[in-house]
Amino acid sequence: MNASPYSPEEASGVWVYLEHRDGKLEGVSLELLGRSRELAQETGESLTALLLGEQVEPLAEEAIAAGADRVLVAEHALLGQYTTEPFTKVITGLIVEQRPNILLLGATTNGRDLAGRLAVRLRTGLTADCTDLSIGPKSGLLLGEVTGFGHGILATIECPVHRPQMATVRPGVFPRPVADPTHSGKVERVDVILSASDQPVRVVKQTSRRAADVTQAERLVIGGRGMEGDFALLRRLAKAVHADVGATRVAVDQGWVREDRMIGQTGSVTRPKLAIICGASGAMQFTVGVKDSETIIAINSDPEAPIFEVADYCVAEDAFQVIPPLIEALRREPVEEKS
Amino acid sequence: MHTIVCLKVVPKSEEVTIDDETKTLDRSKARSEINPPDMNAVEMALKLKERNGGTVSLLAMGPPLFEPYLRLGLAMGADQAFLMSDRAFGGADTLATSYVLAEGIKAIGSFDLVLCGDESSDGATGQVPPGIAEWLGLPQATDVRRVDVSDGSLSARRELGAGSEVVEADLPCVVSVKHDVNEPRFLDSGRWDWAMNEAPVQIWSATDLEIDVEKAGVPGSPTVVAGVSVAEGADRRREFLSGSPEEIATQLADKIRAWVKP
Repeated sequence: MNASPYSPEEASGVWVYLEHRDGKLEGVSLELLGRSRELAQETGESLTALLLGEQVEPLAEEAIAAGADRVLVAEHALLGQYTTEPFTKVITGLIVEQRPNILLLGATTNGRDLAGRLAVRLRTGLTADCTDLSIGPKSGLLLGEVTGFGHGILATIECPVHRPQMATVRPGVFPRPVADPTHSGKVERVDVILSASDQPVRVVKQTSRRAADVTQAERLVIGGRGMEGDFALLRRLAKAVHADVGATRVAVDQGWVREDRMIGQTGSVTRPKLAIICGASGAMQFTVGVKDSETIIAINSDPEAPIFEVADYCVAEDAFQVIPPLIEALRREPVEEKS
Repeated sequence: MHTIVCLKVVPKSEEVTIDDETKTLDRSKARSEINPPDMNAVEMALKLKERNGGTVSLLAMGPPLFEPYLRLGLAMGADQAFLMSDRAFGGADTLATSYVLAEGIKAIGSFDLVLCGDESSDGATGQVPPGIAEWLGLPQATDVRRVDVSDGSLSARRELGAGSEVVEADLPCVVSVKHDVNEPRFLDSGRWDWAMNEAPVQIWSATDLEIDVEKAGVPGSPTVVAGVSVAEGADRRREFLSGSPEEIATQLADKIRAWVKP
């Protein structure tokens, strides 16, 4: 077998890898800290956050307020921007030295880039894109819930003998914890030894834009394949109900909508008060991202579409026939913007 | 320039059904296809070959019945294909899968670039490409939309959630290609006879490559499925609204106002 660097008996502690941008922790990192706080309580372990970057120590406070007992701060010029190897090298060194039981990362583009590399370097198991995490009541093992091949099947994956038990989690799966400024924690700076040869991949240009964050949306208008590229109509509807726009994977792959608005297993998990879902068939990889909505309206011309099984109000009509009069009706008697 | 493209054959996701009694997946009625983003990787490799010359090799892991799919890639324009096929490779998670594929890549010989689809439509975790890179000890660039190769180095544009970045690395390296970044070409009818009948598809067993079977398949996989369940359906009203589109619109507008009001 592939042997990991230490055994379950030698392992202790829940670790969360923190991602940050523009001097703030990413939402998914806060969400992971919140849930990990509960997991650590269940296993009777402490919660450690990993903070890598250049001049990032001020973020440690935010991580402690979100539940971390300890923040390991690794600062180095070669950690100023994410690239695979320097991050993998520093984290591997800390893991082999301190032997955590669990290591959790956000299933973001770079989180997945790092997790896949780390898991192989450590020769351990990785459960990717989890939609829930828990601790096995008897085994004490980390249980990662993943949606199997669509269509309503959930699988629970565990990693019995390799450590650390690794998992990545989609943004929005867990609620953001309320910051507790009275929670105390230690900040430990770690020595970082990196040289230019540790960075075989160089970032030569970066274009950033403000990413949409659909995970916190109170209302969402979501379009799928049936919208046939026309999201202008959905944007007008979204404006009329003061909602954000989301999309299924197909709509993003087709280039109709940007990836930061993707909802589902390969996107964000949302829990709005109201979701209006138009032209989406209702594949499980998508519905896992909206199932916790308070109310779901689904519009799809196919009355047999599985989306209607998860909707409160079902409209078996062509979205292009229903949405224009709907916008018109909302315009006649406008929706008040929530204060 | 020698590019190796890793392919996975997957059941067409829209044709996988669920057995109502056993609540398990029924893939028997589903036809298979090359994992869609892997097709984009093949197209990217063929475009690089057109620009820079060289060879394109295809590599897959799976049962012998995957061979015809490799031949489709040969008919598109690839030069040679390799299939790693052994019962010992079955039931693998991403650690064991990436190990076996990395061994196959080493066995093909010297290369400049490995291209993979960014994730499979059935597993959808995207963890195999970085795994292959680590087993090979090579640099990686994941979620890539565009590549350029010149003078032994790679320039790749990665798509990030909030923007994009251009990275550079020396070849050889491993790249995962995002879905739909290009339009995979049709099969070349002029290559059809050769691809289907003459072109050799090398089939390798674990023994052929002296692969450590303890690192492959089930023994090499740290993760196990602890349980499978049917997603509990939320208690939804599932109320169908009826009438003309205008009448439905009016009903919907009333409901939406009720929820959206402060």
